[in-house]
Amino acid sequence: MTATPDAAERVPEIGRARRRKEDARLLTGRTRWTDNLDPAGVLHVAFVRSPLAHGAIRSVDVSGALARPGVVAAFSGADLAAEQGSLPCAWPVTADIVLPDHPPMAVEEVRYVGEAVACVVARDRYAAADALEAVEVDYEPLPAVVDMAAALAEGAPLVHADKGTNRSFVWPFESGDIAAAVDGAEVVLRRRYRQQRLIPAAMEPRAVVCAPEGEGFTLWSSTQVPHILRVMLAMVTGIPEHLIRVVAPDVGGGFGSKLQVTAEEVLALLLARRLDRPVKWTESRTEGFQTTHHGRDQVQDVTIAADRDGRLRGLKVDLLADMGAYLMLITPGIPILGAFMFPGIYKMDAYAFSCTGVFTTKVPTDAYRGAGRPEATFAIERIMDELAAELGMDPLELRRRNWIRHEEFPYTGVGGLTYDSGDYERATARAVELFGYEELRAEQARRREAGDPVQLGIGISTYTEMCGLAPSRVLGELSYAAGGWEHASVRMLPTGKVEVVTGSTPHGQGHATAWSQIVADRLGVPFEDVRVLSGDTQVGPRGMDTYGSRSLVVGGTAVVRACERVVDKARRLAAHLLEADVGDVEFTDGAFAVRGTPEPSVGIQAVALAAFAAHDLPEGVEPSLDSDAAFDPDNFSFPHGTHLCAVEVDTETGRVSVRSYVAVDDVGKVVNPLIVEGQVHGGLAQGIAQALYEEAVHDAEGNLLTSTMADYLLPSSADLPDFVTDRTETPATGNPLGAKGVGEAGTIASTPAVVNAVVDALRPYGVADVEMPCKPERVWRALWDAAARNGGAR
Amino acid sequence: MIPAPFDYVRPDSLAGAVAALAEAGEDAKVLAGGQSLLPLLRMRLAYPEVLVDLGGIAELRGVRDDGDFLWIGAATTHYEVLHSSLVREHCALLARATATVADPAVRHRGTIGGSLAHADPAGDLPAVALVLDARMAVSGPDGVRELAAADFFVDYLTTAMDDGEVLTGLRVPKVWAGWGFHYEKFARTAQSWAVVGVAAAVRERDGAVAEARIGLTNMGAVPVRARAAESAAAGAGLAAGPLRAAAEQADAEAAPPSDLHAQADYRRHLARVLTGRALAAAASG
Repeated sequence: MTATPDAAERVPEIGRARRRKEDARLLTGRTRWTDNLDPAGVLHVAFVRSPLAHGAIRSVDVSGALARPGVVAAFSGADLAAEQGSLPCAWPVTADIVLPDHPPMAVEEVRYVGEAVACVVARDRYAAADALEAVEVDYEPLPAVVDMAAALAEGAPLVHADKGTNRSFVWPFESGDIAAAVDGAEVVLRRRYRQQRLIPAAMEPRAVVCAPEGEGFTLWSSTQVPHILRVMLAMVTGIPEHLIRVVAPDVGGGFGSKLQVTAEEVLALLLARRLDRPVKWTESRTEGFQTTHHGRDQVQDVTIAADRDGRLRGLKVDLLADMGAYLMLITPGIPILGAFMFPGIYKMDAYAFSCTGVFTTKVPTDAYRGAGRPEATFAIERIMDELAAELGMDPLELRRRNWIRHEEFPYTGVGGLTYDSGDYERATARAVELFGYEELRAEQARRREAGDPVQLGIGISTYTEMCGLAPSRVLGELSYAAGGWEHASVRMLPTGKVEVVTGSTPHGQGHATAWSQIVADRLGVPFEDVRVLSGDTQVGPRGMDTYGSRSLVVGGTAVVRACERVVDKARRLAAHLLEADVGDVEFTDGAFAVRGTPEPSVGIQAVALAAFAAHDLPEGVEPSLDSDAAFDPDNFSFPHGTHLCAVEVDTETGRVSVRSYVAVDDVGKVVNPLIVEGQVHGGLAQGIAQALYEEAVHDAEGNLLTSTMADYLLPSSADLPDFVTDRTETPATGNPLGAKGVGEAGTIASTPAVVNAVVDALRPYGVADVEMPCKPERVWRALWDAAARNGGAR
Repeated sequence: MIPAPFDYVRPDSLAGAVAALAEAGEDAKVLAGGQSLLPLLRMRLAYPEVLVDLGGIAELRGVRDDGDFLWIGAATTHYEVLHSSLVREHCALLARATATVADPAVRHRGTIGGSLAHADPAGDLPAVALVLDARMAVSGPDGVRELAAADFFVDYLTTAMDDGEVLTGLRVPKVWAGWGFHYEKFARTAQSWAVVGVAAAVRERDGAVAEARIGLTNMGAVPVRARAAESAAAGAGLAAGPLRAAAEQADAEAAPPSDLHAQADYRRHLARVLTGRALAAAASG
């Protein structure tokens, strides 16, 4: 463990399945969750929220609340109208996008159930909660707009009357001659798939604390994006950026739901300023379900054209994407992140895509684990199975006939992206072997033959996804307001210990461990000697934060570059100490030595002390041993893999049970296999949950019916099978770590694998699709409907 | 998720609890394990002015042999019921159903009496009480009385107990020697409520069903005895076919709800399928 630079054989840290150094404090809760923070004199905020999906605010009277014990202040949206600004949308995807104002507290109109209309500030949480009922709000009900098709219908009630339309944007993309491809094809399939609305449900609820400190403010938030939040808070409120410090303390999950600039964050800052007191707000679970942005919610019309031998000719995708009532930080960009991924791993002649963003009176959608790519992967992988069935071909064989072969990389596909590396053949072969594909097909045939009431289905997903977000140049071309680079500092302290400041901010990913492994190898210091600092704009002012499976690929590369610069500087000093030419000094396992003469050598930690003392520095070398680096990738990275799922479907009850699941992923080079394994397991759970369990359901009036965990079903380990996982490894070429990213792959891959398996089990009964989630009643009704179509009992 | 203000009393005797309830009047609620009541309070779906906590009353807790009956104190936790050798010996159905209640954390806190007095038709235990002919012992200002389970559940979340009365326990007749039991629970996830549940008890004689009892969970505002299916099962052979035929009448007495988790027609279908399975499992167990 104490691999000193002098040790004979240093074991590389990269590749080691180290247990995470941050877990003891995270798991015991003895740490800085935002809700654990209580600055002296803190006041507690509670929000009055709209009970209507749509209504005009006639009046708000907070005077009753002000009379309640413990209440310090209460405000309506109108009270703060002059200072609250509009919540930002950083991704206006088209020049003519309809982009409505979004006041943090509604002033004139409410547009979803749960939208804040007033707030109460009190000495404790209980007093604040009790006083809410004393705020009187008079609404004039307006018609709810819940369904996207209804929203686009002629004469539909408008979510934003002043905009004259419920259509936010239409974003088209076309590559190749799609009309020719479809017209010339022997087989054309058209399918409609529905991506149900999902609720991210991070373990730690959202929470924010804001305190006036000196001339400025410190805002702690359970956020994924402290750096983006700081910029946006300054822009929205007009408070100068240099007077705002944002801290993301330990954050308990986000899945994209904390990649946001929220009303509550803006209001906490404004209330702290107005009251000159620290304020705090923590959402309840139901409040979170109603008001933290939701995910997915698309209707996908997909057309695939192929020849009888299975060769793909073209793909056409028309999306309706539910924006909800407003455009939040990257709401309109989410479906666009998927736009390039519908062709998946397949070669074809033409591809056309169009996305229409639609306003409804529901909470806005935005990033949710995978963000656009799960939707794309689902559509292509589902319709590939349908096409295989249509052609009477094994679905694996259909894929083999169309996928990019390993020798064809780098490959620029019809979606316009250049896939740098991959080996779909190898990942698939390994998955088939682990799964026992042929044996399961044989069992499936036996059960079909026997008319077993419990049928077996096999589902396939040979996915790729796009991560390592993102080349700043590409983001600019796509009208995103910011870049996609990441920043890191590596500081070698006088005693030889190392501090790493990373702009990417973890909310469960294990950065402290992975970054320590990278730095230990690059600087030749012990793993234990590295400390990772993140999430505080005062400690690390530069960064682009954590989302889109970007941390290791982009942020990890920034760390590598900073380490290289530290070594370069240390080399110059070491050469001076060794009285050698810089060009002759080699760096191995933490020690510098003159080439060809192993003795004497000088360790990097001794160099750090010399750099600190600065008694004898060579010309042009400044004191202290540290460096900054930023990395902006040239391209995305493209993890891929083959997931195989076997389900048992009880045809009498409709219940689906996942019997076995094999995931063979290629995420490039791996820094810590244990962390990768954890990401895959969690991702699979979330993707399977979309396939079988989770669904945000609204009634016709726009009320969220699934507002508690009793009704919004998150599966637990008891509901999931043991996962069989393995990896293949084709290094990414766009970064020195060879890493591709793993944060979303499991979620992206698994949903279609499960639904394909469900439909595969039921195809002999005449069932061609089951809408997600494939809950028992839906499966049962699909069987009945198919039986009715076939004109008899099943 | 902060409840409205309320007063809280924790008497150390049953008499003290009855007195506290009498004093508080109709705005009082009895608190047992709190696994149903606390969420209602925190979501402000219930606004009691006084909570009378039974947790300090030792006499309400535990399982004991009571001659021809088994006595189970109302404040006995699910965990204790589940691990009681007396329960396993004399009414194994109760143990089996209790094992499916929510999750281990809830089973350690929640109580059998709380679950029955809450009278949620989606709860697993009311149908079991019905099948086992349990007698519900109730104490109030006018003394002690006993209600048959069949008379105890009168509507959704409503029992025959008057304001001011406390469920003190249940007496289960020890008449189940020779019976086989099964509780078939159909839930969407391991921790979620039953969409439909079937409690079945079967007594076998000479290779056929001599007598069957069937209780349905979440098939109406109250737990339902499926008497038509019971009659049809009596005399049926033990093979799957005859039992399934009998189960075709399982929903005859039911009036199932339509809600987020299932429409009524699907619940009826499930009740029939699951009853067939429950009878078969009870007959072989």
